[in-house]
Amino acid sequence: MTDTATQTETAGGSKGWGNYLAGHMRDYGLLFALIAIMVFFQIVTDGTLLRPINITNLFLQNSYIIIMALGMLIVIVGGNIDLSVGSVMGFIGALAAVMIVNWGLPVIAAIVLCLLAGIVIGAAQGYWVAYWKIPSFIVTLAGMLVFRGASLWLLEGQSVGPFPRSFQALSTGFIPDVFGVDRPNVTALAVGVIAVMAIVYMGLRQRARNKTYGIEDEPSALFALRNIIVAGACLFLIWKLSTFRGLPNVLVTMGVLTIVYAFLTEKTTLGRRIYALGGNSKAAKLSGIATERLTFLTFVNMGFLAALAGLVFAARLNTATPKAGFAMELDVIAAVFIGGASMSGGVGKIVGAVVGAFIMGVMNNGMSIMGIGIDYQQVIKGLVLLAAVIFDVYNKQKQG
Amino acid sequence: MTPLLEMRGITKTFPGVKALDDVTFSVREGEIHALVGENGAGKSTLMKVLSGVYPHGSYDGDIVYDGEVMAFSGIADSERRGIIIIHQELALVPLLSIAENIFLGNERATGGIISWQETNARAVELLRKVGLHEAPTTLVDRIGVGKQQLVEIAKALSKEVRLLILDEPTAALSESDSQALLDLILELKKQGVTSIIISHKLNEVRRVADSVTVLRDGATVASRDAKAEALTEDQIVRDMVGRSLENRYPARERRAGEMLLEVENWCVAHPEHSERQVVDNVSFHVRRGEVVGIAGLMGAGRTELAMSIFGKSYGQNITGRVKVAGAEADVSTVARAIASGLAYVTEDRKELGLVLDEPIVRNITLANLPKVANGGVLQHEEETRVAEEYRRAMNIRTPSVFQKVVNLSGGNQQKVVLSKWLFAGPQVLILDEPTRGIDVGAKFEIYNIINDLSKDGKGVVMISSEMPELLGLCDRIYVMNEGAFVGELTAEEASQERIMSLIVTD
Repeated sequence: MTDTATQTETAGGSKGWGNYLAGHMRDYGLLFALIAIMVFFQIVTDGTLLRPINITNLFLQNSYIIIMALGMLIVIVGGNIDLSVGSVMGFIGALAAVMIVNWGLPVIAAIVLCLLAGIVIGAAQGYWVAYWKIPSFIVTLAGMLVFRGASLWLLEGQSVGPFPRSFQALSTGFIPDVFGVDRPNVTALAVGVIAVMAIVYMGLRQRARNKTYGIEDEPSALFALRNIIVAGACLFLIWKLSTFRGLPNVLVTMGVLTIVYAFLTEKTTLGRRIYALGGNSKAAKLSGIATERLTFLTFVNMGFLAALAGLVFAARLNTATPKAGFAMELDVIAAVFIGGASMSGGVGKIVGAVVGAFIMGVMNNGMSIMGIGIDYQQVIKGLVLLAAVIFDVYNKQKQG
Repeated sequence: MTPLLEMRGITKTFPGVKALDDVTFSVREGEIHALVGENGAGKSTLMKVLSGVYPHGSYDGDIVYDGEVMAFSGIADSERRGIIIIHQELALVPLLSIAENIFLGNERATGGIISWQETNARAVELLRKVGLHEAPTTLVDRIGVGKQQLVEIAKALSKEVRLLILDEPTAALSESDSQALLDLILELKKQGVTSIIISHKLNEVRRVADSVTVLRDGATVASRDAKAEALTEDQIVRDMVGRSLENRYPARERRAGEMLLEVENWCVAHPEHSERQVVDNVSFHVRRGEVVGIAGLMGAGRTELAMSIFGKSYGQNITGRVKVAGAEADVSTVARAIASGLAYVTEDRKELGLVLDEPIVRNITLANLPKVANGGVLQHEEETRVAEEYRRAMNIRTPSVFQKVVNLSGGNQQKVVLSKWLFAGPQVLILDEPTRGIDVGAKFEIYNIINDLSKDGKGVVMISSEMPELLGLCDRIYVMNEGAFVGELTAEEASQERIMSLIVTD
């Protein structure tokens, strides 16, 4: 015997599910795509993908892409683009090598100077874009050529290295286990558990708030499912990491930066204004927003993050080469667009860009393990980018 | 007379909405037929069905044209039969010449090679027909909106038009350009062109239309013959809104208080041509609780005056003084102008007023984010509360304040813009064409809001091309022409005739 009331309720509930999913296809699609891709490669690589050492590698390999994707997302949301980040990244790596290896500058001083140099580069490019209204595509295309050449000149066409251990730790170092167990690394586990708890807590708090304001919220079952998947995946990864060497320094840097920039874009007046600037710069300007200065700042920030990525990259390779960062801007831009940002500006999320970068990263890594040639890899990555954007446009048309 | 066009039992549904419900619409050969109704009544949808934008099969009902049942599969199909539609937003390419635009997609060419001689010669002919005295090689972005409208009509004529559909052709035109356009439509009628004109301006409808069909909520509510009965605006309005709007302007009492805004000797030069004076030594003032109108033709410099005062957003070499409540105000940037107590509601909501892809709540708080933030960190609850408050106060019709503004109707979008500026807490609001493209019902609501503002002791400067609106709302009206103020009239003195005569005798 079936209760009629329950029946109707279930029917209503499932309709709510469908509607909600359809309305938020982009957010869920991205997450599910990442999971599907990971499961796929986990199977075809016979479990190599999710070995502790490979997971660690995944983070190390993609750290600089993700760091730059944070800045790129903001630039793109603001309605611009930065093609110079790969070159700037290479240039900063070269600068660090010259300062530390050739001139013998202390590591800390060199890092600070390199980050400052990145800020100055960002400011120099942002100045023309913001105050002279020169299209960012052109300014940063010029920057790409300039800094590619500048790295060659700095390094005199040679590779410069190796770096002292303290500099390498920027990328290849691990947080030591303060609990002294080491395997598994209890510090890593503790951090992971706290992070997962924080994610779930914040999700719950947001839901409670949305309820008071009558904002359309995801059905509770969907919320639970999503959180279980995210929490499960995080705990799984952290467990794997803890059985290897623990938390890589660069993962901590990445995590902290992601949180900071997510907060900045979603919770602050500054972030809100950047979205308005990208959405309609004229309306933003007539609302009293200093649009020029804001555009300028997005480039300054991008320069800073490109410099940081350059340091991380050089530390990881333990050498600076003139080819470092070549075509890297394309991976960064692709990650941002896979993550749901819009070419015309005003749309996109930090978390989306990070997930987009991981999708690219997992595919790179998985295909390499499988021994797929670089030729096919490029083709497949290109098609994935195209598919992601088609998916976006299709969704928008269906709604629109 | 036999009908040229008969649309019978047209029903068109979109997912979840019945946009047209069994609409009947009949147009006689050689007449000018006005199609009126509030925004969202289904006028544009009906015309899209007629012109094949919604192809045969996507709607129910029959289109009988010239005695045959039509099954258009696209615009090209209907154009071949001489049905040409001119949309409200003009479809011209700004950086192509007039002649190139006229023959766009219909080039005078043999084997793909354009004959420029024939193109330009034919264009000159067509331009003469529509009364536009411009060289066919002039770029479209060099001529004003009024003239661009004429180019559109020339383009229609180039395609052997039999039935011309004009969607709000005068919405963006000044009084004199509108007159010229209406005269042209009357002239085309003499040459045998049948026209359907969609318009919100009932005086124009009365002037040119032979018949009027009124749509309301996707259904035909009335079809009246101007020859058989004398049409009155009241009657049409009654049909449109389903109720009588006794007074189209809310009653107001005058309550001019102390001096609020003073602008003295304001001069502005054109942003590119510094020798061209766009605003020439203008002085005016607004008192607390006053609604002051600025009348003038399109291009008189009213928008330029307002934008140059609001944070020097237009022009160069700006000189003059602005005082708010007796104190010198710094209006050198938009942020400073806002801080001085000014707000400017732009003429072009979509381009300059709103971030269309963002929700209502974000648009409302945009000009005053610090008020919903704590040390730069947004307080989302507070923000939502503010938006809800304005939704109620302004009667913004939307399921939620998280709806993107692009999905709202023109009237509701305008209410969002007004909310944004009210939330910025100004003393003086400059409203630039606040009711453009808004239907009768929403206009009345906007008028009420303006009245409430003056009740609250704010000063309102209202720029409008619709003189009845200025006459119905303002305590005083300045008349602007060619960059200068040519007169000032009190509500008692002002009339359409006096304003026009000030302009033409300048």
